[in-house]
Amino acid sequence: MNETRQSNRVKHVTMRSILPVLFLLSFLSILIACAIGSVDLTLTDFLNALTLHSGTENVGMTTSVIDLRLHRALSAFVTGATLSLAGVLMQALLRNPLADPYILGVSGGASVGALAALMLFAATWVVDAAAFGGALAISVLLYLLARRDLRGVMGAEGSAPLLLLTGVVLASGSGALVSLLLSIAPDSQVRGMVFWLIGDLSDTQFRWLPWVVLVGALAFSCRAARGMNVLALHAENAATLGIDVGSLRRRLFFCSALLTASAVSSAGSIGFVGLIVPHACRFALGPDHRLLLPAATLAGGTFLVLADTLARSVIAPQQLPVGVMTALIGVPVFLLQLHRLRRS
Amino acid sequence: MQTHDLQLRAADRFLVDGLNWRIEAGECWCVVGRNGAGKSTLLHTLAGLRQADGGSIQRGGKALRKWSLQALARERAFLPQGRSDSFGYRAVEAVLTARHPYRESAYWESEDDYAAAHAALQSVDAGHLAERDVRSLSGGERQRVAIAAVLAQDTPLLLLDEPTSALDLAHQVSVASLLRQLCREQGKSVVMVSHDLNLVHTLASHALLLMNDRGGWHAGPFDKVMTTPLLSACLGHPIEIVRHDGRTIYVAAER
Repeated sequence: MNETRQSNRVKHVTMRSILPVLFLLSFLSILIACAIGSVDLTLTDFLNALTLHSGTENVGMTTSVIDLRLHRALSAFVTGATLSLAGVLMQALLRNPLADPYILGVSGGASVGALAALMLFAATWVVDAAAFGGALAISVLLYLLARRDLRGVMGAEGSAPLLLLTGVVLASGSGALVSLLLSIAPDSQVRGMVFWLIGDLSDTQFRWLPWVVLVGALAFSCRAARGMNVLALHAENAATLGIDVGSLRRRLFFCSALLTASAVSSAGSIGFVGLIVPHACRFALGPDHRLLLPAATLAGGTFLVLADTLARSVIAPQQLPVGVMTALIGVPVFLLQLHRLRRS
Repeated sequence: MQTHDLQLRAADRFLVDGLNWRIEAGECWCVVGRNGAGKSTLLHTLAGLRQADGGSIQRGGKALRKWSLQALARERAFLPQGRSDSFGYRAVEAVLTARHPYRESAYWESEDDYAAAHAALQSVDAGHLAERDVRSLSGGERQRVAIAAVLAQDTPLLLLDEPTSALDLAHQVSVASLLRQLCREQGKSVVMVSHDLNLVHTLASHALLLMNDRGGWHAGPFDKVMTTPLLSACLGHPIEIVRHDGRTIYVAAER
């Protein structure tokens, strides 16, 4: 029996070595994203540009192409990682593995803000700021309406009926406002608005803020990871194990709302990343949040970088919005998972 | 653990009124009462999961409210009635998380925690379930894993809400003897809610009857309290006590 115990523990410990692997994959994905695109680069060009070797004549052009792609890949990475982390936190908060970062209407608020700004021909940064403002407004409203639910002890049947229902209602309210804005917007703006809604990385610029939010939130949530495990496993008696349930849930709520707002305001509401990446990671690595949080963050970033590379190269030089790509991958994967879950 | 004039209310109804009660080390209390009599509410209140509606509860001479969550987690363990699992944790992880009060500063569990978790699982005959997904366990298996988690928490006071409700006969008996052993040999205190009077009789040293009439109660040594008139009044049905082979058996009388 001692031997099985030993081997169990060893198995659990070796699982952690997946993190460096995922880290490596992230780098690889960004490298691939830099190499592939509508402008064909030969391998030598690519390598020369990377090593800043100035032997070839078109190295200047190559570097600037790579520069553009690198910026885009980096925003894809931070957006995907942010959404995936937000998904894990939201699922832990609602004790529901099928929740996603958008379920509580935070992204709906962002959509209303961004679309209103787009309709008024605002500058890009105004659109981003309006999206963030909308997400923030919905989060505050949600907190005020459902703070009773975020306070204390959870029932055995899981939790958060009040929070979840309030969020779903706010989300559908925002959905109605989005439809209203789309129907009264001038034709010239509608295309841009639809692209924003689907989620698009083509106009994003490199910014530090999303990275700061991501790293901060990841550090915070790893600190709370033990508590999240206790909360997930011992809903009713988490408090008797020394967890301040109310405070932990409030922090999870604000953290996931901030992450969602950050991701959505820089790249629009890209769907499915926050749902299927945490799901796939949980399937492969188990639900232990101490491993799941960093793993899902890295995997989410990698996934979106690859999806975006696909989106801009399948029918190049035409570009698909990356949200279409994630949905095309996400829907079948999710349905498959759901059916597997139901069967077991 | 000690209560002083404890009062529990649900809506406008008194569940328990003026309860003065002392739980000493090594005692095993069973709480008996009809559905809705306030047994679970009492256990929740003792665990600190809800506020008393009047009176006070003390643990080690200090009011329960003044204990920090972390310190209290090393004092008492609580087994709730219901369990819901949304995520596919392994059974051993469910037990390992009960070691949380002892290693809040460490990120991963140590070899000792694994040893404690596996020992706890084996003591409820669930060692072979360690690597199973908790969602795939049967009701009784899941209950044994939950009991193992309570044991792994390693606290002097155990509050158990119907710990044997889903167990088969053999496991009921072995869990009962395990609890008896914990009380007698390790000096732990147990407060358990149970509807199985015959099982409870084999391990409880004391009993608390909740009488259902405006918060009435009777507490004391098992045989002093578990008498035909008191039990019949408490459960709202005539109870007969049958002696058989030196054992005491509680039977619901035919009306």
